[in-house]
Amino acid sequence: MTRGDRHRCAWALAAALVAWTVCAPARAEGSRVPLPSIKVDRSTQCVAPPDVMRRSHMEMLKHRRDKTVHQGIRGGDESLKQCLSCHADKTSGAAIGAPDAFCQSCHDYAGVKLDCFDCHQGRPGVQAKLNEAPR
Amino acid sequence: MMAATLPVDRSERRFWWLVAGGGLLLAIGLGAAWYMEHHGHIVTGMSNEVVWGTPHVFAIFLIVAASGVLNIASMASVFGQAHYKPWSRLSGVLSVAMLAGGLMVLMLDLGRPERMVVAATHYNPTSVFAWNVLLYSGMFAAVLVYLWMQLERRMNRYAKAAGVAVLIWRFVLTTGTGLIFAFLVARQAYASAVLPPLFIVMSLAWGMAVFVLARAAVGGETDADLLRRMRNLLGLLVALVLYFMAVYHLTNLYFAKQTAFERFILLDGGAYPWIFWIGYVLIGSIVPMVLVSRATATARTLRVAAALTIVGAFAALYVFIIGGQAFPLEIFPDYEVTSSFRDGAIAAYAPSVPEVLLGLGGVAAAFLISVVGMQVFDIVPARAVEAD
Amino acid sequence: MSDRETPVSRRTLLAGAAAALAGVTLAPGIRLIEVAQAAAEPGKAVSSKVRWGLLIDVGRCVEGCNECVLACNRENGLEGGTRPTDSQWIRIVELKDRRTGRKAQAPVMCQHCANPPCVDVCPTGASFKRADGIVLVDRHTCIGCRYCMMACPYKARSFVHEPLTQQKPDVPRGKGCVESCNLCVHKIDRGDGTTACAEACPTRAILFGDLNDPQSAISRRISEVRTTQLRADLGLDTGVRYTGL
Repeated sequence: MTRGDRHRCAWALAAALVAWTVCAPARAEGSRVPLPSIKVDRSTQCVAPPDVMRRSHMEMLKHRRDKTVHQGIRGGDESLKQCLSCHADKTSGAAIGAPDAFCQSCHDYAGVKLDCFDCHQGRPGVQAKLNEAPR
Repeated sequence: MMAATLPVDRSERRFWWLVAGGGLLLAIGLGAAWYMEHHGHIVTGMSNEVVWGTPHVFAIFLIVAASGVLNIASMASVFGQAHYKPWSRLSGVLSVAMLAGGLMVLMLDLGRPERMVVAATHYNPTSVFAWNVLLYSGMFAAVLVYLWMQLERRMNRYAKAAGVAVLIWRFVLTTGTGLIFAFLVARQAYASAVLPPLFIVMSLAWGMAVFVLARAAVGGETDADLLRRMRNLLGLLVALVLYFMAVYHLTNLYFAKQTAFERFILLDGGAYPWIFWIGYVLIGSIVPMVLVSRATATARTLRVAAALTIVGAFAALYVFIIGGQAFPLEIFPDYEVTSSFRDGAIAAYAPSVPEVLLGLGGVAAAFLISVVGMQVFDIVPARAVEAD
Repeated sequence: MSDRETPVSRRTLLAGAAAALAGVTLAPGIRLIEVAQAAAEPGKAVSSKVRWGLLIDVGRCVEGCNECVLACNRENGLEGGTRPTDSQWIRIVELKDRRTGRKAQAPVMCQHCANPPCVDVCPTGASFKRADGIVLVDRHTCIGCRYCMMACPYKARSFVHEPLTQQKPDVPRGKGCVESCNLCVHKIDRGDGTTACAEACPTRAILFGDLNDPQSAISRRISEVRTTQLRADLGLDTGVRYTGL
């Protein structure tokens, strides 16, 4: 075995060891991200059937948000508050903040960052506290 | 063919230490950017008054110098000056490296850096920033094509055409950088048509200074004729910047409505007059000009002058960018004003650690790209290395 | 009593009184319908037939009062702090005449220019002017570069320096984006016909209305008194006008 061969073996072994270590969380028993568990009242029809919503809700959101912000068309199907009025959890009042919250549950599973609630209020009906501004 | 005269070859340990050092500084800078993004800009010294801080000082220096360092390449390829011909490839790599470093700092300082894709897909045609997205990416492409024309022997005959394209592009780009500020109609510090030419000459001077130092770092020999040329060029360019800076301030002083701002910057604005007069005018302009004009100037003198020019560059940019924002907007010219939003008040600003680390991270990125680029490509001229 | 002898018959009187009463009852409703129709109807885009604006009477602004600021903070979920990093969409500016020393105060907010510098400089088009004249930030597209803050002559814009959690559901705002007074666009769009600051002012120093409608209260007042725009020399044609400066 030449010195070059030995070097290549060493690199391959090191790479294999690193890969094995990195996969440890996935290999551990019962450690996979849980499938989404969504509690939602299905007695009223949503905007579209669930499989359509799953695939295209971001497209819909993008177009509706442009209509709302740029053209002032609000309410009804255009309103994120409307979505949250059903989809927010009945006890916590939020669509995020817990692993089984409506939006967070699927987004955690799919590994897609939820950007909306950086700005939008995820808990409908929350009143902001006001600090009296000192003059 | 590997350049046989690199000061540090990749088989040497010293090379890997350089890469590790640069990599560490870059990693720290990226960590600072993550910290700023995660906690919000509250962890920096920036506020609703001074919205662009130390990262912008670093970024604009890197971007302006990136444009200017290509002057070496232009002198070689476009104006046929034989003395600079061996160095035109290094100049190209330095340009790409500094442009990358500067843009990295700018993008990481955004309030929402993850929206880069939005910036690349939504264009407002009246915005200089939107033009810059196209100008800067085009600059990368132009310089890379130019490097290719020089590195591949059978393409050498196109090097001049590529050089001309790069020359025009960098003038447009640096004018754009000046226009970022020139278009701010309401601010006394900006809104001046002299800013684009000021930025052009600043790019030439600072690019020259960076080139002098980089050339020294890779062991460029000290041919007396080239030394004389570089000394004269640096001195001339620093003088030109001083001229445009003087024009900018003198015209401002003439307008009655601008006098208060000029007093602030030049006379009684706390740290800013000190940084301007001592940091930029004295250390960054007069001393380098004196140093390079002496007949006994050596290569070492030239290096010192170049380093001082860069110190002056940071001082000038700090006063221009941050001092310009610290002075309050004049909304009610007939009245003295106060408010809870600091109307009428000088804004306080002090550089914070995350900002400085981010800026240094950009410099580290430029350093790494240059060092690795020199190893991988045949850029440094194959001549005997001589110490000064 | 004989109806034939009096000049105005009782029937006529009663009919006239009923008509007058009906007119008095309905007339304010008609004005409100006008404003509501000018606001966005559900499903209908706003149009440039309307141009929303404010008229601020500096003479009526009482020294020491900041009801408009408090109302804006309440309505829009602002924290109300005054640190250099806190958002202020409206602020009271205390004025002292340089020559005479005469004191006054006035609220200052986004001036909703017709030629807004902030819109010109925004790289992504997030800072934009709506058809009805309201200048606001589309925070879906804002990348937080703060160029608009550099460009605004009135220091109207604020940058959100920290993560927020207590936003009002009607007023989304978040870390890393730039924001400013949006003329209570959510109130306008649902037909409230006024802004929080105008509603709250105890001396009615702030008047909200349609600058394009010559019959609106604001247009009539602007045609009666001398008004100025802040930094009129910049030629921005602001939607916010001041009188008594």
